[in-house]
Amino acid sequence: MKTYDKLIFELSRPGRKGYELPADQYATDGLAAIPADMLRKEPLDLPEVSEGDVVRHYTNLSNKNFGVDTGFYPLGSCTMKYNPKINEEVAAMAEFANVHPLQDPESVQGALEVYYNLQQALAALAGFAEFTLNPYAGAHGELTGLMVMRQYHISRGDTKRTKVIVPDSAHGTNPASAMVAGLEVVEVKSRPNGSIDLEDLKPLLDDTVAGIMMTNPNTLGMFETEIVEIAKLVHEAGGLLYYDGANLNPLLGKVRPGDMGFDIMHINLHKTFSTPHGGGGPGSGPVGVAAHLVDFLPNPRVKKGEDGKFYVEFGDKSLGSVSTFFGNFGVMLKAYAYILSLGKENIKNVGPMATLNANYIKESLKDDYLLPIQGVCKHEFVFDGLKDKSTGVTTLNVAKRLLDYGFHAPTIYFPLLFHESMMIEPTETESLETLDEFIDVMHKVAKEARENPQAVIDAPLTTPVRHLDETGAALHPILTYKALKANA
Amino acid sequence: MSNKFIPHTEDDLRVMLERIGVDCVDALYADVPQEVIFQGEYDIPSAMSEVELRKHFKELGKKNSQLTVFAGGGVYDHYSPSAVAHLLGRSEFYTAYTPYQPEISQGTLQYIFEYQTMIAELTGMEASNASMYDGATATAEAMFMMVNSARKKNRVLISATVSPRVAEVVKTYAKFHGVALDVLPEKDGVTDLSLLDAELAKGDVAGLIVPKPNKYGIIEDLTGVADKLHAAKGFLTMNCDPSTLAVLRTPAGWGADIACGDGQTLGMPMEFGGPYLGFLACGSGMLRKMPGRVVGATKDADGKRCYVLTLQAREQHIRRQKATSNICSNQSLMALYATIYVALMGKEGLKEVNKLACDGAHYLCDALVKSGKFQIAFDKPFLKEFTLKTDLDVKALNKKLLANGIMGPLDLGDGLVEFAVTEKRTKEEIDQLITLILEA
Repeated sequence: MKTYDKLIFELSRPGRKGYELPADQYATDGLAAIPADMLRKEPLDLPEVSEGDVVRHYTNLSNKNFGVDTGFYPLGSCTMKYNPKINEEVAAMAEFANVHPLQDPESVQGALEVYYNLQQALAALAGFAEFTLNPYAGAHGELTGLMVMRQYHISRGDTKRTKVIVPDSAHGTNPASAMVAGLEVVEVKSRPNGSIDLEDLKPLLDDTVAGIMMTNPNTLGMFETEIVEIAKLVHEAGGLLYYDGANLNPLLGKVRPGDMGFDIMHINLHKTFSTPHGGGGPGSGPVGVAAHLVDFLPNPRVKKGEDGKFYVEFGDKSLGSVSTFFGNFGVMLKAYAYILSLGKENIKNVGPMATLNANYIKESLKDDYLLPIQGVCKHEFVFDGLKDKSTGVTTLNVAKRLLDYGFHAPTIYFPLLFHESMMIEPTETESLETLDEFIDVMHKVAKEARENPQAVIDAPLTTPVRHLDETGAALHPILTYKALKANA
Repeated sequence: MSNKFIPHTEDDLRVMLERIGVDCVDALYADVPQEVIFQGEYDIPSAMSEVELRKHFKELGKKNSQLTVFAGGGVYDHYSPSAVAHLLGRSEFYTAYTPYQPEISQGTLQYIFEYQTMIAELTGMEASNASMYDGATATAEAMFMMVNSARKKNRVLISATVSPRVAEVVKTYAKFHGVALDVLPEKDGVTDLSLLDAELAKGDVAGLIVPKPNKYGIIEDLTGVADKLHAAKGFLTMNCDPSTLAVLRTPAGWGADIACGDGQTLGMPMEFGGPYLGFLACGSGMLRKMPGRVVGATKDADGKRCYVLTLQAREQHIRRQKATSNICSNQSLMALYATIYVALMGKEGLKEVNKLACDGAHYLCDALVKSGKFQIAFDKPFLKEFTLKTDLDVKALNKKLLANGIMGPLDLGDGLVEFAVTEKRTKEEIDQLITLILEA
């Protein structure tokens, strides 16, 4: 059914319906009490379809998707690990789904306990004093963390610290989050292996610097071995260190960001803690801070009283609020279930096995793909395209050919340090057999590139659609069915 | 090493380590300074089997009360057809990443296109993005859009009648980003529009944010407001409840430039505050200032209709610090939720939802006022949520209601209480609430 291509609007027939509501028992006509001028005048052009139509339509759409449950998803920096099913069951429990966020805290002790215990577990795993779970996503966590950073300096009257140092190899969200938080971005150069050049860093560290944003391992999957020295330099200059937790997975079980000298971090629960990516969200981006920064965390905060009861607090030193309520609570349930499933006995294997898987692929493919940075990587690594550059086959071609062979593509053309970047992150949940299948296919594609490059360049050949006109889409945006009809 | 989520056997380890050329897994961390290696044991609970885990969460769940909800404040206990949750459980949807490889993501891309169409239809706007975190952050982004679109103006007004939880987030974003955000005061439960002319005359206002319905549940009369802003070269953002737009005059109908708000009312579980979604829609003129993911229709090499992420030149992975926003995701699965909900309820269902809720709310309001224990706080039109004044001890009343399995009205202070009624509340439930209150 991968050829199914109808829009829900095209199934609509006047008079059909997909719902049933109770009869209106009120003698009152409420809408009549609203002045006509305040009521909708335009017709409401929404689908009229039966329940069966809807179920078949979206089931057919789902068949045109590729998820972690479909196959191997080595998307670098995205940590596409397996999403345990029990997590979904827990998050759907009526006892959590049917709870209003403004209920009396007495009546939501279970929800508050989950929030509190998860933040405590994250604090223990990451080496921080406290976490807020309110931010909705990684980028939102970055923004919140930078607000904490600024609030800290402002609270000390140190208002001239308005710059934040960001490595040129950083995720694009880092500079963008800094911009939204009202900070000026200063780039620090990376060495060829993606690590920060201390000699470039030192002159930047003046009294206008609020802090530095780093990932470790960096975006090439390499550990910043000079992190302790960097932390010392930044702290001596009065700045704070922000840890972008996008690359936390390989450290789980081995290194706690707090122990490396970081003051603030965010965690992507949808990466390291196995909650599904949902086709782009909802995620969750908890922010952890060292003890001297807890008062600046966003409101509301969930606390535990001496009587063991949980309560909600709005602190007056807080940076303010970044979410309407407590963040994506449903996602927190899933992450908490994951932590409890693994427990302290198994969670320490997460990072090492993710690292093992990445190194295994890297060593198995470096004969056919150009490995610009030698040495042991962490959870991910980057190839600079095919080793044989004479074939004309690009990283994009290889990525599309992988789709034909039933694999998701790696992250491509990021980081920007190489022209043909191909960033591979297998995660710890993949078996040796899956890795070997992927390695075989990657070798096969390299062979095709040598012997029949056109086959790779023409890829994909088997997907529901192929070679989409993205330029046309951007030049003449058609964003609704109405516009589509008008353009037909 | 092996565990149900980590498949490595001892044999696997041997094969893999040999290929890599190291003799143990620890050797993969030889580059990490010894002083930062974590040597202790994590202070987290021990592993639980699925049997224990399920029991544990049942126990936690018992500490929550599932109440008959008569409050709103931005979150409403709406009905959701069973089919929505079932379809959301298809893991081809929920285990996918952002649709960066459109060839194998047409499912996600098409439902986002359908979502954008539905939001545009509800709001009357030409364009919608693929959704944002929540209604409050979407409103903050709308504030940035107005500032970025108005030339050299950096002041935004927000009505005092916007929900305090939304306003607090907008205020936080404004403070850090450096937008001058001023509150336009309220009078008699609505925005005091008599003050608008004087503010606009200062020449520095990029835009105004107004709610629909407002924090008291009131549907404000915004006649002439958009024209005033436009004459002053400013913009109007309307924060609204998307469900109510099936029956209420649309943001476009009021002349607003941006419509935003929270999608929770499109049948989403209350789930202690999230996940929901924020929607953001605008006219085509502001499209390139709009943050967030956007999906567009196009064709493939074989001429087939298909969908792609588009207008990415605005986004952070291309523009870095010059991007329109730092957002690099959407609440995609919740956009699917909204899409399926709207598809099922459709043209007539959404209107019926509003009629039932509105009739129930008026029935409750009339009964409470008739009792003499409550007075109309502001004599203004409302839909499903309304505010009354009372001399009753509100805290004690809500305790009593809670003991009876009911979430009572929100306590707004000064004797003001705010009730909400949805189509899920039956007449019997409302009558029981009335009885309990009148006994007080």
